[in-house]
Amino acid sequence: MASTPLIEMRDISIAFGGIKAVDHASIDLNPGEVVGLLGHNGAGKSTLIKILSGAYRRDAGSIFIEGKEVAINNPRDAKALGIETIYQTLALADNVDAAANLYLGRELRTPFGTLDDVAMEAETRKVMHRLNPNFRRFKEPVIKLSGGQRQSVAIARAIHFNARILIMDEPTAALGPQETAQVGELIKQLKAEGIGIFLISHDLHDVFDLADRLVVMKNGKVVGTARTSDVNHDEVLGMIIAGKCPPSAVPGPGALQSAA
Amino acid sequence: MSKHKGSSADPALTDDGPIRRFLNATEIDTRMIGMIAALLLIWCAFDIASGILRGNFGGLLGGSFLTPRNLWNLLNQTASIAIMTTGMVLIIVMRHIDLSVGSMLSLVAVAGAVLQVYELAPDLGVGHWAIWIIAIVAILALGTLIGAFNGFLTAYAQIPSFIVTLGGLIAYSGVAFLLAKGETVAPMDKTFKVLGGTIPASWIGPFWTWTLSLIACAVIVLAIINGRRQRIRFRFPLRPVWAEVTLAALGSITVLGAAWIVNSYPWPPKLAENYAKENNIVIPPGIEDRAGDAICMAADKVVRCVEGLSFGTGYAAPVLVAFAIGIIMTFLATRTRFGRYVYAAGGNPEAAVLAGINTKMLTVKVFALMGFLVGVSAIISSARLDAATNALGGLNELYVIAAAVIGGTSLAGGLGTIYGAILGALMMQSIQSGMGLLNLPAAFQNIVVGSVLVIAVWLDQIYRRNVK
Repeated sequence: MASTPLIEMRDISIAFGGIKAVDHASIDLNPGEVVGLLGHNGAGKSTLIKILSGAYRRDAGSIFIEGKEVAINNPRDAKALGIETIYQTLALADNVDAAANLYLGRELRTPFGTLDDVAMEAETRKVMHRLNPNFRRFKEPVIKLSGGQRQSVAIARAIHFNARILIMDEPTAALGPQETAQVGELIKQLKAEGIGIFLISHDLHDVFDLADRLVVMKNGKVVGTARTSDVNHDEVLGMIIAGKCPPSAVPGPGALQSAA
Repeated sequence: MSKHKGSSADPALTDDGPIRRFLNATEIDTRMIGMIAALLLIWCAFDIASGILRGNFGGLLGGSFLTPRNLWNLLNQTASIAIMTTGMVLIIVMRHIDLSVGSMLSLVAVAGAVLQVYELAPDLGVGHWAIWIIAIVAILALGTLIGAFNGFLTAYAQIPSFIVTLGGLIAYSGVAFLLAKGETVAPMDKTFKVLGGTIPASWIGPFWTWTLSLIACAVIVLAIINGRRQRIRFRFPLRPVWAEVTLAALGSITVLGAAWIVNSYPWPPKLAENYAKENNIVIPPGIEDRAGDAICMAADKVVRCVEGLSFGTGYAAPVLVAFAIGIIMTFLATRTRFGRYVYAAGGNPEAAVLAGINTKMLTVKVFALMGFLVGVSAIISSARLDAATNALGGLNELYVIAAAVIGGTSLAGGLGTIYGAILGALMMQSIQSGMGLLNLPAAFQNIVVGSVLVIAVWLDQIYRRNVK
């Protein structure tokens, strides 16, 4: 592996009203690598990732991009650093159209400072054509679109702005088998372009199919990290459920201590 | 008709009837058509009813509602509420509410009046040229400040806007009472009064009314041509040419028709006579006849009425201000980042935050804008009344919210248009003014206005369900 990871989150902690949602967690990601993030509901994986995307502010710890420490205090900071996120909820403004969502917060403007809707729509048509060639409903608010179409809009928004790091939180939860396969193809394509991807998923098969490494979290702590080729489903389930770290994985602070 | 088939985006649509095809081709909001139809229906009903109850005063259908005089007054009376409604739309779109606009109007109007009557007039001399400018700037600044304060409490102290502005509703009228010492503060500065629409100096006359209307028509046509050019440039689906022409024609006819109506309303004979005397204009023979509409006025001279030729008041200042505000607010809401963020934050506040939008600051800005518009309405209301009292804006908050909601603004947030809200304000005012014409008791008027609000929202719900 490369000596300097694309991104490294070191000793990250955050607490909500006394509950330590993330407790001294460290993860890293290399260019062109997919890292699966696994754990129960409430294990802290979404929270950890929201710190990276700027949605939450960490209480302690540091974030490094290509070895340099960076400050991420809000979603704008994260985006400026090339960190894009596809949220589990998609985070779309339901009442406006695809172009408005794609460019939300980064609108194209005319020389007079007004919104350049035609240019935004034209660009949106291009991106959406690549992701979902059948998509035609550019004038309608996204609430009228199907689950798969909405997902395409959210993905288009994340990849359109030259992301270096992509966070995908349950990207296939709302999709049918065919659309899930499409997302899988897309991940492989983005990986080939050298983009680093954090993939959060409940679906072990997805993670084993797509991820190079996996990180398991439990109660806000990292149980362990392993290459997907070094572990099997049962061992990973053991990590998720019991916090038991198999010999082929690197144990983290959350691993069950065999001596205890 | 078959040659239009190819231009429709969805081939299935061509199977529909001519009305649906027309709506699809022109992309007119069907809800707006419903509102305009309801408005025209109400107008006709009042004209017929007033004709039956009170006799014919020259109305189109034999009553006194559809007369230039009444429609001119209707526009003037709607201006103040319509202006505030445009701001309320954005507040409601952002899932907030502002209950304090009525009290705020009273407060800033009283403050402006106290400034003019007790401070500026004694210091600078009554009628000094700077009084109206200082008063207007002070009123607008104070309104903006109070609005921003409401927004700050809502966004940063995280008190629900309902509570913040309910407190404001009670407290601001108290402040207004103290400022006015419970008295009516009057009279307003001579130039300030021009913005009220009650004196000849605030009527622009037929020439400027026609000029502005023709400019408006030109803008409509240019906008449609420009839109078409943009669509061609980016190879988007085009509207059929006949639809574009129809839209331009409908827009122009509306604008010119409105101009014709306001120009058909002559100066009241008494005012015309006084104006002629003050300005040493020789009154032509027959002009003293006060019985009918014998005296007609151009903007600067008395003219003899000639058969088939009429000179009138044209638009009054409040209506022009309301038009301008309507255009600016539509531009803000649809063409700027600010408007885009307001709608996005109303549709999904969390998504807006995750997209990097500072929704707290946005909330402050929206409430400050509301406060500014309350200032504009306060100027018009106090100039119109030539006085300010702590009761000037009483119940205005309810009319403003009702107008926005009747105009299609959803209290769930994210949905609402400026033009819809202005139409809603016009509808509320039409109902009130019509019942006034019929001499219905105030208690009965309240019952009708309340019922109309509830029924309008109910119809809107049915419409939305069926459209989806």
